[in-house]
Amino acid sequence: MSEPETHYLNDGWTLRSWLLTTDHKRIAWMYFATITAFFFIGGLAALLVRLELLTPAGDMVDSDTYNKLFSAHGIVMVWFFLVPSIPATMGNFLLPLMLGARDLAFPKLNLLSWYIFTLGGLFTMTAVIAGGVDTGWTFYTPYSTLFSNSAVVLAASGVFVVGFSSILTGLNFIVTTHKMRAPGLTWMRLPLFCWANYATSLIMVLATPVLSMALLLIVLERALGIGIFDPELGGDPLLFQHLFWFYSHPAVYIMILPGMGVVSEIITCFARRPIFGYTGMVISIMAIALFGFIVWGHHMFVAGQSLYAGILFSFFTFLVAVPSAIKTLNWTATLYGGRIRFTAPMIYALSFLGLFTIGGLTGVILASLAVDIHLHDTYFVTAHFHYIMVGGMVTAYLGGLHFWWPKITGKLYSGPWSIVAALALFIGFNLTFFPQFLLGFLGMPRRYHAYPEEFQLLHVMSTLGAGVLAVGYLLPMVYFGWSLWRGKPAGDNPWDATGLEWRTTSPPPKHNFVDTPTVTGRPYDYV
Amino acid sequence: MSDTVTIASHFEDAEQQREAGLMGMWLFLATELMLFAGLFGAFGIYRGLHGEAFAEAARHLDLPLASINTAILLTSGLTMALAERSVQAGLIVVARRWIVATVALGAVFLVIKGYEWHHEFAEGLMPLLGLPFDYDGSHPAQAELFFDFYFAMTGLHALHMLVGLGALAVLWVLGRPQPGPRADRYIRQMRITGMYWAFVDVVWVFVFTSLYLLRS
Repeated sequence: MSEPETHYLNDGWTLRSWLLTTDHKRIAWMYFATITAFFFIGGLAALLVRLELLTPAGDMVDSDTYNKLFSAHGIVMVWFFLVPSIPATMGNFLLPLMLGARDLAFPKLNLLSWYIFTLGGLFTMTAVIAGGVDTGWTFYTPYSTLFSNSAVVLAASGVFVVGFSSILTGLNFIVTTHKMRAPGLTWMRLPLFCWANYATSLIMVLATPVLSMALLLIVLERALGIGIFDPELGGDPLLFQHLFWFYSHPAVYIMILPGMGVVSEIITCFARRPIFGYTGMVISIMAIALFGFIVWGHHMFVAGQSLYAGILFSFFTFLVAVPSAIKTLNWTATLYGGRIRFTAPMIYALSFLGLFTIGGLTGVILASLAVDIHLHDTYFVTAHFHYIMVGGMVTAYLGGLHFWWPKITGKLYSGPWSIVAALALFIGFNLTFFPQFLLGFLGMPRRYHAYPEEFQLLHVMSTLGAGVLAVGYLLPMVYFGWSLWRGKPAGDNPWDATGLEWRTTSPPPKHNFVDTPTVTGRPYDYV
Repeated sequence: MSDTVTIASHFEDAEQQREAGLMGMWLFLATELMLFAGLFGAFGIYRGLHGEAFAEAARHLDLPLASINTAILLTSGLTMALAERSVQAGLIVVARRWIVATVALGAVFLVIKGYEWHHEFAEGLMPLLGLPFDYDGSHPAQAELFFDFYFAMTGLHALHMLVGLGALAVLWVLGRPQPGPRADRYIRQMRITGMYWAFVDVVWVFVFTSLYLLRS
């Protein structure tokens, strides 16, 4: 097997050929580099939080610094890693390939999104350096508007700016999916990865602007003295929470749907079976995106929202569990009777399946009004959403990276080491976050840096787990780096997978396909 | 590739390119709509909570001036539509005149808006940047909230107007050398700018209704 002579990576070596590129594959790399940097910045903040929590006394950092650390962790991880993670990297790289298109519909806009993203990142990083933000990632009023003495304006502006980057990416993906599909590629022949990114894009386009407005009002309140959330004028701080969660709950699905898309591709390939219930999978993807817009009030059960609103939001939240369960059961049914190969991508995908199930089921527990009064703002919630966002999305992100790495780079990586990394992630993750369910159930609240002594054992376990988890994240950096440098050529289709992206060379040529491919049947044609 | 249409290398044909551009703009407007929806939603809630105070505060605004402004902006929508029709008929010179008319009307709108703001500033009705809020009605606190919304909504709308005027200026410049084979592209750009301008018009209708007309 050998590499093609010319491909998108050796088409120009200058810095200019990268920074001014409109090739979606190169822009994907630029996103990859940027969000990896943010991931390690956010990870560092998490590590400091975990180290502080080793002992019951708040002795390593003072409470102000601790507030700034967990805020930095949340803000960076949510907006600068998780939201762009799969769409901006693998989505950017693969969507045109999977659709049989030569690029996204608006290549220049795609490049612009990256610049906007980086600009927003600079704002937020400046805020962190200029003294940090202590509001948590949610910027709740009136604390963020009237009381906090930290760099709220800068940080919120950064998140505001970065919102436009995800809006533009979403817009680009939607138009591309509608207008650029290869001949014969009807909607019901689309790979689930495309459907997942399509649904994510809809959320990005329709929910992000509401967050932008909420953040803009905070910035205006702090900078100009406009008091829309100021109770003294008759304003309602709770209104901010409504606006915030109108975006940020759908954003939770921005942070899981693309992962579901990735896992669907991996599981079918390594079970050698077509996906079970393709139509049901498509409907449930769209249903999750839709229901995501009507459940935001479950973040506000104890915030003084009316009981009737609470009951409705609780009901709708239970409803989201239905399409999620359909997906989980369909993946399991796909495995049934399959010829399973335990490669690294498959181990990540199976980890996703287990961790997402735990995260989802604990979500149902939290959606119950009465139970939530006990569990609200405890470590139970922290553990729940980390099971979805890290156990789900980050695991899927790494799984997808391992799955498509040979396509993206044209090189193979170390099989055994990648399996070690995938297992380290699974073990480290559970060791970190399972104890947090117990902590929360026993009553340990979130966002405190000192705690009673009886919680110490569980906190020590959690911190040890974070160490194992860190190994799981750092190892791939090593063998992926090695693979870039010394990796064996991968060939066009090392996994023997279906899908248009595997029909072109690895790495793909600049315009993706020599001849526009034609599609004649449903995806996942495995026998 | 036909000789009258320039097609970017990643598109199959002119039709695909045109449809993609229009769909992109519709989606962008959907995003814009949601942006304003957040603000209008918040306003609606407070209008319900403090109806009387907001109505009283609304009576402090200059309705005649705002009505004139509404007429001006809606007329600019007409001139923009005429510019689009002209360029589709191949009359670039005429289209550019209609663009000038649209820009002029937009500029007059902003001048009148600026005059209104200055008037409110002089009256002490501008509760920004720690300026004194000198209100003679019976609910000064809630009136301050109303004026917060007033400046946020009209300010954000004016910002969108500025972007639109900038886009129109670019269109005017692009039309200068006789476009020839680029005519198709120019028609698309005109159409997309026209959509944006129509959106700015429509938003103003909602701003005008919410702030000025709900007086009782």
